[in-house]
Amino acid sequence: MTLQVTGHQWWWEITYQDPSPERVLRTANEIHIPTGRPVRLVLNSTDVIHSMWVPNLFGKRDLLPGLQTVIDFQADKPGVYRGQCAEFCGLQHARMGFLVVAEPPEAFDAWRLAQLRAAEAPKEPERQRGEQVFLRSSCIMCHQVRGTPSAGRVGPELTHLATRQFIAAGTLPMNRGNLAGWITDPQSIKPGANMPMTQIPPRDLQDLVSYLEGLR
Amino acid sequence: MSVTESDRLKEQEEREDAGAPRDSTADEAELHRVLSETWGTKPGFWGWITTVDHKLIGRRYIATTFFFLFLAGLAAMVMRAQLAQPEGQVVGPDLYNQLFTMHGTTMMFLFAVSVMEAVAVFIIPLVMGTRNIAFPRLNAFSYWVFLFGGVMVWGAFFLNIGPDVGWFAYVPLSGPEFSPGKRADFWAQMITFTEVAALAVAVELIVTILKQRAPGMTLDRIPLFAWAMLVTAFMVMFAMPSVMVGSSMLIMDRLVGTHFFNPAEGGDVLLWQHLFWFFGHPEVYIIFVPASGMISVMLPAFTRRPVFGHLALVLSVISIGILSFGLWVHHMFVTALPQLGESFFTASSMLIAIPNGIQIFCWVATIVSGKPRYATPMLFIIGFIITFVIGGLTGVMVASVPLDTQVHDSYFVVAHFHYVLIGGAVFPLLGAVYYWFPKFTGRMMSERLGRWNFWLAFLGFNAAFFPMHLLGLWGMPRRIYTYQPELNWGDMNLFVSLAAVVVFASFALFLWNVLYSLRHGEPAGDNPWDADTLEWATSSPPPAYNFAHIPVVTAREPLWAERRALPVAVGLRTDMRELVITSVTEARPELRESSPDPSIWPLISAIALTGLFIGSIFTPWAVVYGSIPLTIALTAWFWPKGDKEDEA
Ligand code: HEC
Ligand code: HEM
Ligand SMILES: [Cu+2]
Repeated sequence: MTLQVTGHQWWWEITYQDPSPERVLRTANEIHIPTGRPVRLVLNSTDVIHSMWVPNLFGKRDLLPGLQTVIDFQADKPGVYRGQCAEFCGLQHARMGFLVVAEPPEAFDAWRLAQLRAAEAPKEPERQRGEQVFLRSSCIMCHQVRGTPSAGRVGPELTHLATRQFIAAGTLPMNRGNLAGWITDPQSIKPGANMPMTQIPPRDLQDLVSYLEGLR
Repeated sequence: MSVTESDRLKEQEEREDAGAPRDSTADEAELHRVLSETWGTKPGFWGWITTVDHKLIGRRYIATTFFFLFLAGLAAMVMRAQLAQPEGQVVGPDLYNQLFTMHGTTMMFLFAVSVMEAVAVFIIPLVMGTRNIAFPRLNAFSYWVFLFGGVMVWGAFFLNIGPDVGWFAYVPLSGPEFSPGKRADFWAQMITFTEVAALAVAVELIVTILKQRAPGMTLDRIPLFAWAMLVTAFMVMFAMPSVMVGSSMLIMDRLVGTHFFNPAEGGDVLLWQHLFWFFGHPEVYIIFVPASGMISVMLPAFTRRPVFGHLALVLSVISIGILSFGLWVHHMFVTALPQLGESFFTASSMLIAIPNGIQIFCWVATIVSGKPRYATPMLFIIGFIITFVIGGLTGVMVASVPLDTQVHDSYFVVAHFHYVLIGGAVFPLLGAVYYWFPKFTGRMMSERLGRWNFWLAFLGFNAAFFPMHLLGLWGMPRRIYTYQPELNWGDMNLFVSLAAVVVFASFALFLWNVLYSLRHGEPAGDNPWDADTLEWATSSPPPAYNFAHIPVVTAREPLWAERRALPVAVGLRTDMRELVITSVTEARPELRESSPDPSIWPLISAIALTGLFIGSIFTPWAVVYGSIPLTIALTAWFWPKGDKEDEA
């Protein structure tokens, strides 16, 4: 299995390669792999040099702009392994973590299928309003939720955001409060991150967060 | 006093200026008066800024490097305060990144290499038995350039535009796209300043050691500290140009839009790493080799025997010098290298352990077979040996590729290089300051404070840095300004930070000991340790002219071989500055050479060069306009004075 990992200041873009285009999966900051299968990570970077390191799975390998490197590894035990950028890459090098989730092959296949689906259209009125807020705001310049008109690629893919355990590259556990905090003021949580502060009225914010929380 | 008048000097005397006054006179008081007149530095401010006396320059060089050590140490204390607990709030990411960059850069470029050269500037001419360093005006120039470079980069830091890209400033992070503003330019320009200064001293040391040795100091009688400095100087000459080329390319990328390191335009980001580490790894040995020379030259005084395995030590130092150039790629194991290349560099990294091991063996053998006396310098030597063995072991671990990919750029590496740098270089250096302080100042440092100093430094250091190995193995990367509480690194980090306070306290105590002993230390006498090398043959501190008569060396331990009085060579003029030039291998006197007088032009040239360097951070035209005052200053410096010898 081959994954493309692209380093960005300060988050990880992950693409599951596949011969058929509709099975190519793009996600961020959380890598799922099947246990007992060899995995190849193909690394590169769009900006500066980063380095991938999961102390309990594999040693470091740099992500270089303009060059490709690879990591071959395999996880034998299911589990959640924490990794972090290991090459100084600027202001938020400290907050550039990620998770590797190793699960039995069946669980992994199920996960992959679920992730490949586009986001479901929201049913609750609150979430419907939230989707509108999302599509009206600057968010779509940088983010994509498949199944909606948004197609930004500057920031992490959000289609199944709520299935991930952390937001902002391992910085905050995924929950309602943290999502709201992050969206209104990412700069106080992760100064320098390439996501601007956004002014959203409180009501809209609640709707938006509900919408994001439902992206499972 | 036995007088061996050298035939060749005599011949020259007869040929040329037969009637001039010479140091052959028997009246010591008169000789002292005349030589002081000729070699002395004028009192007052003017004398202070024009002096070319290697002792005055060496002393202020040493003081300046220690000042930078304290600044960098303070930066480390702030970093440790920030890391003492998870999600610390002492400083933000921007300041933290500046702090570790200033800490690392200062330690490597403004302290470690420079302090070794600074000590050599003071000590080597005395060890060689000569009256001044070669190219003394270049020496003055070197100091000023060094000072201005350091002041520039710290000035930038205090204006909150200090560099923030780490002490090896990897591109593309340090390039124009990801580091806009002037921060990285200050870093790159600081490199240029300090390298100019270091190269100048390297040239002076090479010539002093090869051509100005006391008559009779044949190759096999050269003291080990001089060997070490000779090898160091050659390493500086070969390694430094590489990083100067690198930093100049970086400045051009940033300032005039070249694309040396820009992959989008066909540049190469790894080129920078090769250029940097081709310098950067020898750099570690440029720091360590002088320290090893200090140990070899101190040991005889404290074990009451010549050092064991003199020849083996000389050969080890030379082979370390050569092998250190085959190692640079071990900093790049995690990039993208061919397999064969990796194996080659793993092997050569292991290889350098051999001469290092031989050195340790010789030192231990010297101690075991001698009658050790545990004065403070000796304590630091023992502390060094223990620490260095640990650091060396972890170094061999880092050098093997599979393990390296685990620990590279983690706190394991931070621990490893502090073991090598503090244990391997700073401990011997502190010992050497205790050892040579009487020669620098005429007074002894307090032994009581010295013991406290050592134990605080040794215990605090191990407590602070050993646990960092563990943090690294637990996954803590270096250069992070904070970490999350869930990672459970908090307790260990708190412990490390508390121990770092102890290390800092030990340095503060050292400073206090220096200041206290400057005024209240016991007067030292010429040779308080009963040591064997020539610097102890003159008074403490030495007179402006170093030696009333040039000593003649008859053995490897000259002061032990000639207990009553050293034989001397006479025939130098006393009314003008003259030195003896000797042959490279046999140290036979070849001719008398004049040595330059004080001059204001080195300072003015350094100021002009500073204007050019700092100006070129802001506009490339500074190179054009700045070269005008620089040319004027250099022309004035080298203006012929009417005598046949050109002045340097
Ligand atoms: C200018 C581009 C930009 C805009 C506009 C923007 N973001 Fe982001 N966003 C980013 C980037 C870049 C990151 C990754 C930040 C990091 O971790 O360093 C991010 C991260 C996130 C994350 C965390 C994703 C994860 O998996 O870690 C969420 C949620 C998010 N943004 C939501 C939003 C919302 C909602 C909006 C609109 C109100 C928005 N963003 C507007 C660029 C943007
Ligand atoms: C007072 C004792 C010292 C303490 C407490 C200390 C502490 C530290 C710490 C905590 C870091 C890691 C910063 C990070 O990765 O986030 C560091 C880096 C470093 N230290 Fe020290 N240090 C001390 C003395 C020294 C000395 C004496 C030297 C050299 C002679 C030195 C050279 C370096 C270098 C080169 C770095 C790397 C900087 C970089 O990553 O760019 N340190 N030090
Ligand atoms: Cu990174």
